[in-house]
Amino acid sequence: MATVTANRPSTSVASSVPATRRRRRRGRGAPIGPAMWVAVVVVVLFVLLPIAWMLLSSFKGPASIGTTSILPHPWTTSNYVSAFGGNGSGDTSGRYILNSVIVAVSTTALVLVLGTLAGYGLGRMPMRGKLPLMMVLLMISVFPAIAVIAPLFLIMKSIGWLNSYQALILPYTAFNLPFAIWILRNYLMGIPKEMEETGRIDGASPLRTLWSIILPQALPGLFTAGIFTFTACWTEFLMALSFNSDNNFRTIPVGISQFGGQYSVPYGMYFATSCVAAIPIAVLVLVFRKSVVSGLTSGAVKG
Amino acid sequence: MADITLEKVVKVYPNGFEAVKEVDLDVADGEFMVLVGPSGCGKTTLLRMVAGLEDISAGTMRIGGKVVNDLGPKERDIAMVFQNYALYPHMTVAENIGFALKLRKMPKAEIDRKVKEAADILGLTEWIDRKPGQLSGGQRQRVAMGRAIVREPSVFLMDEPLSNLDAKLRVQMRAEVSRIQRRLGVATVYVTHDQVEAMTMGDRVAVMRSGVIQQVDDPQTLYDRPCNMFVAAFIGSPAMNLYEATLEAGAGALRLGSQRIELPEAVRVARPTLAGYAGRAVVIGLRPEHLPAANERSDGNVIEGDVELVEALGNELQVHFSIDAERILAEGADNAGEVTLHHGEGVARVDTRSGMKPGSRGRFAVDTERMQFFDASDGLAIRE
Repeated sequence: MATVTANRPSTSVASSVPATRRRRRRGRGAPIGPAMWVAVVVVVLFVLLPIAWMLLSSFKGPASIGTTSILPHPWTTSNYVSAFGGNGSGDTSGRYILNSVIVAVSTTALVLVLGTLAGYGLGRMPMRGKLPLMMVLLMISVFPAIAVIAPLFLIMKSIGWLNSYQALILPYTAFNLPFAIWILRNYLMGIPKEMEETGRIDGASPLRTLWSIILPQALPGLFTAGIFTFTACWTEFLMALSFNSDNNFRTIPVGISQFGGQYSVPYGMYFATSCVAAIPIAVLVLVFRKSVVSGLTSGAVKG
Repeated sequence: MADITLEKVVKVYPNGFEAVKEVDLDVADGEFMVLVGPSGCGKTTLLRMVAGLEDISAGTMRIGGKVVNDLGPKERDIAMVFQNYALYPHMTVAENIGFALKLRKMPKAEIDRKVKEAADILGLTEWIDRKPGQLSGGQRQRVAMGRAIVREPSVFLMDEPLSNLDAKLRVQMRAEVSRIQRRLGVATVYVTHDQVEAMTMGDRVAVMRSGVIQQVDDPQTLYDRPCNMFVAAFIGSPAMNLYEATLEAGAGALRLGSQRIELPEAVRVARPTLAGYAGRAVVIGLRPEHLPAANERSDGNVIEGDVELVEALGNELQVHFSIDAERILAEGADNAGEVTLHHGEGVARVDTRSGMKPGSRGRFAVDTERMQFFDASDGLAIRE
């Protein structure tokens, strides 16, 4: 009997270990089958082809744009030169990009600061009416912007904010904040509450706890909320078109739409400016990919 | 350094649940006090109240003679080790240990010196620049300890700090935590549900159940003289065998199912009140080691039972047997992992040479002088 008992654990370990490994192999970076490859290639082509077409076309001369040739012939940078003021018309695209940067960065900063504080409060602090508040936030985040354009325009006009940065920063913040609060709240709630308690015992004030202990662990959440907000501001068209008609305050999506005139459609400039405008987003995504430190919280607690 | 005094301390949650009920407890300066009890008994809540992480609903709590009811954790000069360590994952070992000192605005050189000192004590010097994610469970546990000791607090609070370690490491860290506590001489409250930890580490042990402290004593007294059936059943592994028995007139013997056990004069002298229970049911408690295998030389007090299972531990046999008496289970004290085969089951620890086999009839000598008696109605020990 003693022999049987002694053997039992080793048998179960022997049979369970390969099963675990098999599961892991299938789950992580395992070789994928041909069907999967086909699916991956189709999806990647679907996403990349328009971008490739935009990039290649931006180097085409007016004559070859719209033709069936895939590669530019000859390669030319004239579209970039005219878009960024090389033809003596002034660097309008540069101005649009600068405006977009100012609006998007300011909004993102505001959204992250307010979103973190609100998310922390809603996630961690004892408070009445949390659920209704979260529901209202969710409703606001899916509210169609077009419905409030007219009243917002009138408000902006009455307080003299038309053609200003704040005319975009404020509504962008209001529209992006609810989603950021949701993301940040969920991230902050995932951080063990013992972290804060340890902070309290160590003598840290609530703000210090948030800044030194909680936020470093919530970086993936901050990056996620940040990139969503920045992209939303960078690509927003309707409010930017409605509130800022002055060329000095136009953002890049509106600016691009204003190229050309009644009888000319400068496709080359559209493509060139769009390529440049896509760079910040592409860079951000690349940086975030590295910055969203997977397993940042691993090791903090058992598991 | 300070002592801790709890006077009629109560914790009532907003939903009306009373987690801690009028607890009185004194922890002397330098003492290692263990709070032990089944899960949900209120031990962690009590610890968190000492830490200042939970409000005190009623009663008075003093640390070093000062009432701390309304003070935050920072003002109480305590250090706490959490069950999941709660190390800051983005900080190195050195930064983790030194964080509290940094908040106190201590000069950097001083912080470095203290961190190094703590790392030396805990054998962490080699890993001082690593982050928690790169450490093993035992090392993380040491960092958590380091974070506590570097502040030189008046009181240490530990909430099941070893429960995430594997069995072997737990034994090793048990000794290490005790060694560090003795070296620093700081009053310590240590919460565990593991009675082996409680018995081996505590200067005194407080056994809790449903928010009430049942008994506070040194481990040996707790084991030898439990104040009620719950403590008797909770402390000790395998648990004490509790059976319902009937005292005969004059309390000279008791009936255990169909068997009879004579009580020597010494038992009656030690417990004069026992005579008052004559003719009534009492609960008797027998630790497994007080039921050795009977041999020819054994006197009359032998009970027989059907051997159902024999566990060979190398140095002894744990024999699970059954008799025809009613086994009593103290509510909430059933130790995890213990198997009750049926109502008359008991466990005896017998010599490996006794040769007991499942299916045979076992004979066990009853050590009547070590037998415990409990009132069947309220479960309290009959001690006098």
